Amino acid sequence: MPGLGTSFGRGGATMALQDLANADAILIMGSSMAENHPVGFRWVIKARERGATVIHVDPRFNRTSAMADVWAPLRAGTDIVFLGALVNHVLTHGLEFRQFVVAYTNAPAIINDDFKDTEDLDGLFSGWDPEQRQYSPDSWAYKSSDPKVGHEDGHGGHAKDRGGEASPMAHDPPRDPTLQDPRCVFQILKRHFARYTPAMVQEVCGVPPEAFQRVADAYIRASGPERTGAICYAVGWTQHSTGVQTIRTAAILQLLLGNIGRPGGGILALRGHASIQGSTDIPTLYDVLPGYLPMPTFAGDGTSLDSYIAKHRLPRGWWGNLDRYIVSLLKAWYGDAATAANDYGFDWLPRISGDHSHFGYWLEMADATGTIDGLFVMGQNPAVGAPNARLARRALANLKWLVVRDLVELETATFWLDSPEIARGEMRTEDIATEVFFFPAAAHTEKDGCFTNTQRLLQWHERAVEPPGDARSEAWFMYHLGRRLKARAAADQRPANAGLNALTWNYRTIGPHAEPDANDILQEINGRRVADRSLLPGFHALESDGSTSCGCWIYSGVYPSPDRNRARERKGQGRYGQGWGFAWPADRRILYNRASARPDGTPWSDRKKLVWWDRANREWVGHDTPDFGKRKAPDYVPPSGATGDEALRGDAPFIMHADGMGWIWVPSGVKDGPLPTHYEPLESVIPNQLYSQQSNPVADRKERPDNPYAGSPLDPRYPHVLMTYRLTEHHTSGAMSRTLSHLAELQPEFFCEISPELASNIGAANGQHVTISTPRGSVVARALVTARMRPLRVHGRAVHQVGLPYHWGYRGLVRGDVANDLLAISEEPTVRIFESKGLVCRIEVRGPRSEVRDPRAEVRGSEVRR
Amino acid sequence: MITAFLTDSTLCIGCKACEVACKEWNQVPSDGYHFTGFSYDNTVALGHSTWRHVKFVERTAGVAAPIDGTAGYRSNTFRWDFSSDVCKHCSNAGCLEACPTGSIVRTEFGGVYVQPDICNGCGYCVVSCPFGVIDRRPEDGRAFKCTFCYDRQKAGLAPACAAACPTQSIQFGEIGELRAKAAARIAQLRERGIDDASIYDPQHTSVGGTHAIFVLRGRPEDYNLPSNPEVPTVHLRDGWSSAAVAAGLMLLGTAAAFFMQRE
Amino acid sequence: MLKELLSSWPVVKQITSGGDGTGREAMSAATRALRPRNDETEVARSVCPYCAVGCGQLVFHRKGRLVSIEGDPHSPISEGHLCPKGAASFELVTHAARATRVKYRAPYATEWHDIDLETAMDMVADRVWTSRERHFEQHRIATTKDGSRELPLMQCTSIAHLGGATLDNEENYLIKKLFAGGLGMVCISNQARI
Repeated sequence: MPGLGTSFGRGGATMALQDLANADAILIMGSSMAENHPVGFRWVIKARERGATVIHVDPRFNRTSAMADVWAPLRAGTDIVFLGALVNHVLTHGLEFRQFVVAYTNAPAIINDDFKDTEDLDGLFSGWDPEQRQYSPDSWAYKSSDPKVGHEDGHGGHAKDRGGEASPMAHDPPRDPTLQDPRCVFQILKRHFARYTPAMVQEVCGVPPEAFQRVADAYIRASGPERTGAICYAVGWTQHSTGVQTIRTAAILQLLLGNIGRPGGGILALRGHASIQGSTDIPTLYDVLPGYLPMPTFAGDGTSLDSYIAKHRLPRGWWGNLDRYIVSLLKAWYGDAATAANDYGFDWLPRISGDHSHFGYWLEMADATGTIDGLFVMGQNPAVGAPNARLARRALANLKWLVVRDLVELETATFWLDSPEIARGEMRTEDIATEVFFFPAAAHTEKDGCFTNTQRLLQWHERAVEPPGDARSEAWFMYHLGRRLKARAAADQRPANAGLNALTWNYRTIGPHAEPDANDILQEINGRRVADRSLLPGFHALESDGSTSCGCWIYSGVYPSPDRNRARERKGQGRYGQGWGFAWPADRRILYNRASARPDGTPWSDRKKLVWWDRANREWVGHDTPDFGKRKAPDYVPPSGATGDEALRGDAPFIMHADGMGWIWVPSGVKDGPLPTHYEPLESVIPNQLYSQQSNPVADRKERPDNPYAGSPLDPRYPHVLMTYRLTEHHTSGAMSRTLSHLAELQPEFFCEISPELASNIGAANGQHVTISTPRGSVVARALVTARMRPLRVHGRAVHQVGLPYHWGYRGLVRGDVANDLLAISEEPTVRIFESKGLVCRIEVRGPRSEVRDPRAEVRGSEVRR
Repeated sequence: MITAFLTDSTLCIGCKACEVACKEWNQVPSDGYHFTGFSYDNTVALGHSTWRHVKFVERTAGVAAPIDGTAGYRSNTFRWDFSSDVCKHCSNAGCLEACPTGSIVRTEFGGVYVQPDICNGCGYCVVSCPFGVIDRRPEDGRAFKCTFCYDRQKAGLAPACAAACPTQSIQFGEIGELRAKAAARIAQLRERGIDDASIYDPQHTSVGGTHAIFVLRGRPEDYNLPSNPEVPTVHLRDGWSSAAVAAGLMLLGTAAAFFMQRE
Repeated sequence: MLKELLSSWPVVKQITSGGDGTGREAMSAATRALRPRNDETEVARSVCPYCAVGCGQLVFHRKGRLVSIEGDPHSPISEGHLCPKGAASFELVTHAARATRVKYRAPYATEWHDIDLETAMDMVADRVWTSRERHFEQHRIATTKDGSRELPLMQCTSIAHLGGATLDNEENYLIKKLFAGGLGMVCISNQARI
């Protein structure tokens, strides 16, 4: 979420799917939206039918490209060059929405004199520490701003999403509204991207200048008072060693074009699971607490509640309320035991002390050297879905115990029984000591609860029937597990158990299985007044004195009274369906919508009006809930000494940021630089054409014998570019699709997509079995030879790309090799995401069987293949 | 009300929601799990277990994908067209005419409906369909095809495929309105410079128009649709006439013989 | 009886109704009685469990059994439509391979055993307790420029968790609250990243 979070203030899509219909141009990149979000794509089709230009930039000509007006293929992993060239095009031709840029972004801000750009240091920013392989962001700060605090090593990048870890920014930085000062953000940006030219795009991305020009013309036109453009992305952007910075580049482009907070303008992050947004808002992640409050770190901000608040509370902007949010969270968790005297139980929270992320702890498991005994897996299938899935499966065998909860007995639950490692004889079932518990899970139709969709909308699903047999919800499982553990702790009052003993766990139960009432839980999330347990109307009502409790401040307002669950409301009205579900925060459907009006509060244009200042009634009105103080006038100037939101002017739309501005420049919070920079993927077929720094210096390769890499640039053994992706007909690792006859039949077999040229080079016919290999492993797939795939001319030679949908595994109605066996575990520095696009591979007609293939797999496969 | 489908392939994203929604609603079994290697089409054709079928037409033969941005929706050289096929519910339906048991009926909505409780699996309908739609299920030999969701239509609901279709490529409604809509759509597409789109609704042949109208780009044959579909029984009509004349003559002859004998 | 039989014969129907024998007169009793499966059912308002578009679903059920699932026409996002996966939701929740029994695989065992749900819950609670006892650090010595001091850690690194993006907000809340806030687990992760 930090790509969006640092740029705008919140780690969520800035717009609603329906709003795409209001766009004049839509750039879809890093996503095959028609394939993976077909119903969301209906709004793209609506826009197209109304005359908008739909642009798809993607390595493959897929179902999205087929519906687009313009398709430009590029080499996987070069998005920043392409987007950077669009930024450069805007700047060199003076096409930015100047009034918006000057008024609403930090383009005029003057940057520290110490700052050195990648242009000066050949691919590195100033502050690089080659020993620690990390940056000190001190020199990235605004000029003469406050003392810096620096990155928190232990944190990933999810927390707070405000990005401003380094700079409390108590005062406005010096600004040059003419944008001429050579040290202002605008001029630095200009120099930074000056070499991102159409010629560079051709050389690096393989996109010829005329195609680039078509995209630039079509998209950049959607800017200014009368027009807007939207950008849609998905994991085609995020799953890279430069993932966060790719989204940052898009954010910069949108800020320059004035396409944020306005109808049909924005960035729509297309999430791939029903509640992927929800699972970061209320995070099952290691580095963040509900509502993007950072997890305390050992010996850092975690020394005391005061030190935590001192570090994270901003003097200006909405995060000035952080003390209210953390105290209310502690009150929700620890109840009456949380008092001012004991810092509201702050010391019962665990401190993070390193990389506890998925890959961080998984590699520990793989080594069997760490401390991990047991693992819970709920609704995820790492045996198929995780990068270097082979390593992922082998690591499972080092556990003492494993609990898997899902709708079906999926591959993760049976790694000890029928994984390829067992089949190949690399592991023997009889040798595996892991104790495995499989619990059948309840489906969405069998439990109450809410998902948060891709546009931050909380939508409730009602229980229709009871789950079958032993199937239960995760809420049931957690509640009854917690009950048991609390009973043990009650008999053992050591300090280590203090948090567990204090933890409030008295949920009302309902139905034949004593299911905890999801309404009760959502009410706790919404927040209450402690004294009378009355529900709070919203986060404005939260206090820092322990008089309120709130499980996730950004969701506050979803359950304002006992008879009103707004996530369950189903009376959508108006342009954005208000009355249907509840969008965080405060039911704002289009974030930063103050920017849809001029600084003086009047709409930029009648065509693009959204929220405006009603002079007569002195309040903000319009088609959406204003993402702004309802009565804060456009000409409001903060009195001296003001704090929090009151310290932001009436024309500062990005209220989460301490300066109220959209951040073209991110002084801190993104670990690999204040501006995006192109680095080649961790494995690449060409040298970086822009700098001698080949790949992201801060990315963690996690290189080791069971997670090896090809040589880069250009390992002759692996000359082609590899990418994995999803198909419409399946869902992720296949546990929810390969098990269903009506989906399995639509895409029954593991295949790879290659161009006729590549097929001819390797002598493969359509439908033939081919072997695809990387240093991590080999898989066999059917070749789908199609002109929709084509070689690109990159750095003077033809580069072939191999496409692999990754849905198959060793269980289910249709089975196949695990594409993720080919990928490496790696970590992008800010969010620790892996790189699934743009690694390298070899492909050959299956000749001599690869040594890691199992003959038995073929027998099983043939039953399925008939 | 006489209803119809209008399947506008210029809005189809090839997602196959129609196939699945149909199978889920009508509880149609899967086709089996066969990889064809033919684009993204693995259910191949309409049949007893596929009542909606999305065709994938890769207009890429001999053409390298252009990388100048000219591929896609507006392209004339490099496109990937999708179209969801279905029973045409012909105005003169070969299957219905051929059915000797009265299993196949015309519903009040104009659709052609096979009554599974009456069908005896004779298979005459299968050879009489000019579109190769109706098909016998191997287990019991009975014939199956799109029911036009007769059950849903009776309750005022749209057929499952049309209800699901994410982009409203499949529209459902009164046939006259949809015919007008199709005509307007062609005009609109022409205006946008898309001049290879046409309406498929063979009214000039013996099927006499269909209750499944299509807006297609390129030739109907690209989508396995015959340009001039004919109901096989039109050829029988002459045969039946001759047979009737012959029968009449024979009857006359018999009568004559009878009466002559009496005299 | 004979009359009934006769009247069901298409020719008779045709003659008595005056139609051409292909319309209503040729319909069987079953055809005439045909109604949609979801007639006279209860309906739950729901949300598709696949991707994050969040299409509205109507879940039709009768007497504790699911009847069908289709798009909710009132949803401002999906307006009643579903993709193939959403359209397959009924099969997702009713298909024969859905697991309904708790399974247990003992160390080194070569097969699953069925065990009782409550027993399994007790066993898991037991494993959690034991593992947590083994690796729980309440404090750790921190060395700073001001010297060494003992600071709170409250950390349990012997148990890890994976998953959440397919679960409800309420469920993620209980996971984070119990695992982090109660047990001190820090190795908590899911599919979500950027």
